Amino acid sequence: MKLLQPSDWDQIAVTEKFQQLLREKRRFVIPATVFFIVYYFALPVLVGYFPGLMSKKVLGPLNIAYIFALSQFGMAWTIAWLYVRAAERFDKLAQQLKNDGERR
Amino acid sequence: MTIALAMFLGFVTLTLAITAWAARRSSGSVSYFAAGRRINAWQNGLAVAGDYMSAASFLGIAGLIAFNGYDGFMYSVGWLVAYLTVLLVVAEPLRNAGKYTMADVLAYRLNPRPVRAMASLSTLTVSTFYMIAQMVGAGALVSLLLKDSGIDFRTAVIGVGALMIIYVVFGGMLATTWVQIVKAVLLVAGTILLSLLVLAHFGFSFTEFFNRVTDVRYHQNGVEVTRNFLEPGLRYKPPYGALDLISLGLALILGTAGLPHILVRFYTVPDARTARMSVVWAMAIIGTFYVMTTFLGFGAATIVGRDHIAANGGINMSAPLLAKALGGDVFFSFISAVAFATILAVVAGLTISASTSFAHDFWTNVVHRGVERSPGEEVRVARITACVVGVVSIAIAILLGPSANVAFLVGLAFAVAASANLPVILLSLFWRRFNTTGAVCGLAAGLASSIGLILVSPSVRGPGAPFPLDNPGIVSIPVGFLAAWLASLMTRDTSSEQKFSELLVRANTGLGAEKAERG
Repeated sequence: MKLLQPSDWDQIAVTEKFQQLLREKRRFVIPATVFFIVYYFALPVLVGYFPGLMSKKVLGPLNIAYIFALSQFGMAWTIAWLYVRAAERFDKLAQQLKNDGERR
Repeated sequence: MTIALAMFLGFVTLTLAITAWAARRSSGSVSYFAAGRRINAWQNGLAVAGDYMSAASFLGIAGLIAFNGYDGFMYSVGWLVAYLTVLLVVAEPLRNAGKYTMADVLAYRLNPRPVRAMASLSTLTVSTFYMIAQMVGAGALVSLLLKDSGIDFRTAVIGVGALMIIYVVFGGMLATTWVQIVKAVLLVAGTILLSLLVLAHFGFSFTEFFNRVTDVRYHQNGVEVTRNFLEPGLRYKPPYGALDLISLGLALILGTAGLPHILVRFYTVPDARTARMSVVWAMAIIGTFYVMTTFLGFGAATIVGRDHIAANGGINMSAPLLAKALGGDVFFSFISAVAFATILAVVAGLTISASTSFAHDFWTNVVHRGVERSPGEEVRVARITACVVGVVSIAIAILLGPSANVAFLVGLAFAVAASANLPVILLSLFWRRFNTTGAVCGLAAGLASSIGLILVSPSVRGPGAPFPLDNPGIVSIPVGFLAAWLASLMTRDTSSEQKFSELLVRANTGLGAEKAERG
């Protein structure tokens, strides 16, 4: 593969296919990031400012604080799994772009 | 304690064999710095987990939970969720656009010399602080566990330092990676075993276990107190407790994705897809481990008891003492050996990322403007740097002594990573208008503010310190972002903007990315 010129990169950047890749990535990554940050910081905020509420027992000896903390693990794994599924689509687009680019 | 010594020697022998094997296979820069980019997803997942689960996790968090209950468990949560930032934002673009170090991605469209010099300074700062904390921890642990076999603090620190230099100098990234993998497997196995023993102690009844956790007794200032360890607030108390928790959370969530020794791992895999899958593997392993800190920490609180731990080596000995209570001397020795292995592997990982950054960023690209004067020079410089970094860390750890308060050093590493490294990585990848002045100012301001605030925080100055929080993240992270943003707006650098499209295409498609070595 010959070295790509600066103008080549600019041309690829404006192609519909590349713009579609960026759009699809953003459509997953931005909401997922916002969600996990809000979900995660809800924990220290609630635990820090409303310890009474969070200490309420809901499941035998387990209180809201502990169950919420435990749910963070499930949340992180779920988002990771969803991302891997979504990324299969990104990979296909990226591979096509890569093939096009290497043919330049 | 000769069983502990024997098990530890077993681990050392195995890792030295790995180093010898790696040294024979290793030739050239890609092989030395990036293990030939031929590590696969599960291997790299284990290696990332191994690099990440330091003594601070295994001994530190178990102890924090054993002493502070729920508030200690809050650490565990942040340590895993932080990997979502790595997965969603950093790992793949880094692999696609970089070569050996974090600074590669920054240097793409910015003026490489000032940016690499600052990034290298920040990498060396993070790694050195983190490493000294680990070495002091190792020394203190060894002198406690092996006090009968005549190994004192100084000997232990020198031993750990010498081993880590051998791994890195002779085995490079390939040996370091496999040492991490072995250690991660041992650590997870030890933790599962210990958790099962805790559950068995309560007749495999979760209800029984958690009931006991709600009713923990210990002495405070000579008076017996009873606490529900599932309730928050034992460590983080008003007026600043909540802010400290949020600040810690910020440093973890944003700092992990800026830790140089984690980031370099993504250069050891063949492509971005493998980098992604390795983060997922790492999340499965790290998550499993941190969920189990529940059993380690609460188990130590209920079965061993805070009073006994305090009288027998203190908070960091919670997990080993729990092992002793449940499995006798042999299991105690095994868990102690796992703790040594953990520390040893982490310091090796830190050393290779520090020496790679010095050799690649500072020596080749800043001093010699991107030209290797003779073949193999970069690797040679990295090897020398590894020796220097090792010797300096040994000296500082010995000077600080076994009783040094090292918790703040690890906190500092995360805070510097979050305040200095992450803002410039993100802005460089996502903001067209970002430029060299912005990167240099962001790195400098993030570095200075996080170090400055730590120096006036309670962990250095004690109660009544001028800055009330243990973790500076909530202030220093915005400072890092703001400095990078404002300095970019105040200057104009059209060449950085013109090269943004190239970085964008490279980062998102992998076009032109570094390939794996054939072999």
